[in-house]
Amino acid sequence: MTTMAILTIFLLAIFVGFEVVSKVSTTLHTPLMSGANAIHGIILVGAIIVADNATSTLETSLSILAVVLATINMVGGFVVTDRMLEMFKGKPKAKKEVAK
Amino acid sequence: MNHNVYDVLGLAAAVCFILALKGLSTPKTARRGNLIGAAGATLATVIVFFAPRPAGDPHHNTLLILLAIAFGVLVGVPAARKIQMTQMPQLVALFNGVGGGAAALVATVEYLNLSKDGKPSTANLVATVFTVIVGCTSFSGSVITFMKLQELMTTRPVVFPAGRFVIAATLVGVLGTGGWVIASGGNTPLLVMGGLALLFGVLFVLPVGGADVPIVISLLNAFTGLTVAASGYVLQSTLLIVAGTLVGASGTILTRLMAAAMGRSLFGTLFGAFTAKPQEATGTGEVRSVKSGSPDDVAILLNYAQRVVIVPGFGLAVAQAQHTVRELADLLAAKGVDVAYGIHPVAGRMPGHMNVLLAEANVPYEQLVEMDEVNPTFPQTDVVLVVGANDVVNPAAKTTPGCPIYGMPILDVSEAGNVIFLKRSMRPGFAGIENELLYDAKTTLLFGDAKDSLTKVVSALKAL
Repeated sequence: MTTMAILTIFLLAIFVGFEVVSKVSTTLHTPLMSGANAIHGIILVGAIIVADNATSTLETSLSILAVVLATINMVGGFVVTDRMLEMFKGKPKAKKEVAK
Repeated sequence: MNHNVYDVLGLAAAVCFILALKGLSTPKTARRGNLIGAAGATLATVIVFFAPRPAGDPHHNTLLILLAIAFGVLVGVPAARKIQMTQMPQLVALFNGVGGGAAALVATVEYLNLSKDGKPSTANLVATVFTVIVGCTSFSGSVITFMKLQELMTTRPVVFPAGRFVIAATLVGVLGTGGWVIASGGNTPLLVMGGLALLFGVLFVLPVGGADVPIVISLLNAFTGLTVAASGYVLQSTLLIVAGTLVGASGTILTRLMAAAMGRSLFGTLFGAFTAKPQEATGTGEVRSVKSGSPDDVAILLNYAQRVVIVPGFGLAVAQAQHTVRELADLLAAKGVDVAYGIHPVAGRMPGHMNVLLAEANVPYEQLVEMDEVNPTFPQTDVVLVVGANDVVNPAAKTTPGCPIYGMPILDVSEAGNVIFLKRSMRPGFAGIENELLYDAKTTLLFGDAKDSLTKVVSALKAL
């Protein structure tokens, strides 16, 4: 990949990132942070790529440690975000109760 | 797997992440958004095992990698499932830290790998240096924020004499060794740089006051995103570049939004480390009189009120009193009292944290009133019941320039007829500042565990 292509992808992704979260209510700040946190757990893919190429003991042990840490970040991140958001699903039901 | 198929699937995963962030910004679609993100991540993780490889170069360590993933799942999932909602912010901080650590490790291994064929290209060296510095800073900084939130250490800003010079010197050292790595390559410079970056992360977060910790978590989160993008550059992975940049950009915006909601300047939070002066001791230690009441007094006050606003804080969550407070609110509503919850944007430990906690206790959503809407109603409110909150109602934010929370918007509970504080002790709040309102003539204090006190108030109210 050329450096120019990478730079283009990088800049466009910055604008998309700015755009998608520009109007978010305070209520969702915490889940959004947690969700974004889970997404950068995708470094797991990077960790697998380097582990896949590792031949020396040093490289293997460091990259396997990276796989463990990245998995915790990614899987744990998505699960805890889901738990947070699960709390909000009771809302419409609660509204009905009050309406009664 | 065919090269084109692999790339297209990777692109699909990247699109999933964009849709995930988009979904997470609206309450209705938030949960689905998160699931789309998880699906994208799973897809990306599965296909990388089938990545096309140069002929004659087999996969290495596949079994070890699978075991490592299984181990990570076994650690991460129970932690995420069992954690109490009150401790969730520090878990997010910890997840972010391990992510940063993983990125630093990935960059280090790729650096070792590239160094086998001589000195790597300058662009790769710059990206590696960036990833290792920021990843290490994010890792050690997140560990410190975890310890602050878990109250394993003081929540007050930790400032030592000449601290800012030590921090500045460390930063210069980090950047200097970074230059050394780029100029000469080799393992020793990288090791020294990583060590200094770890130290910098600690020093950077130590002077941050408790109230600013969520902003720092969000910022470190954005930084970790950028390290993922940088390692994507070194590994030539478009998916990592896109996902990392998305998190970096959205995380930066989110950090600014959070800082705005808390009335903090982002600049002040970031560079607080360089400008912080040892804090003047607040409170002179003299014993001042406060008015403390019994649960019966509180029940009577509440019973004859027309309008009651409950201000929940972190203390409520710690005492697990969400359900009891709801019982009290229902009882008052049944007696014809107009009840609302005044929610400060940063009640709890993070923006939106209190909404999550109250939603868990099935508090009707429409009773939760945001700060800007509830503030004008305080003059017409007879009783404000502050349950385990302190900093978010502390008038010092308006009256004492220079105190750590100065400038933060607060709930103007002092405008109401009576203020009742449910507190464990006279200990100041998370930010460590004395609250003048506690000594006000219209304030009544009810000491004790929030849940115990509320239970007693509820039974006193039933007896009336």
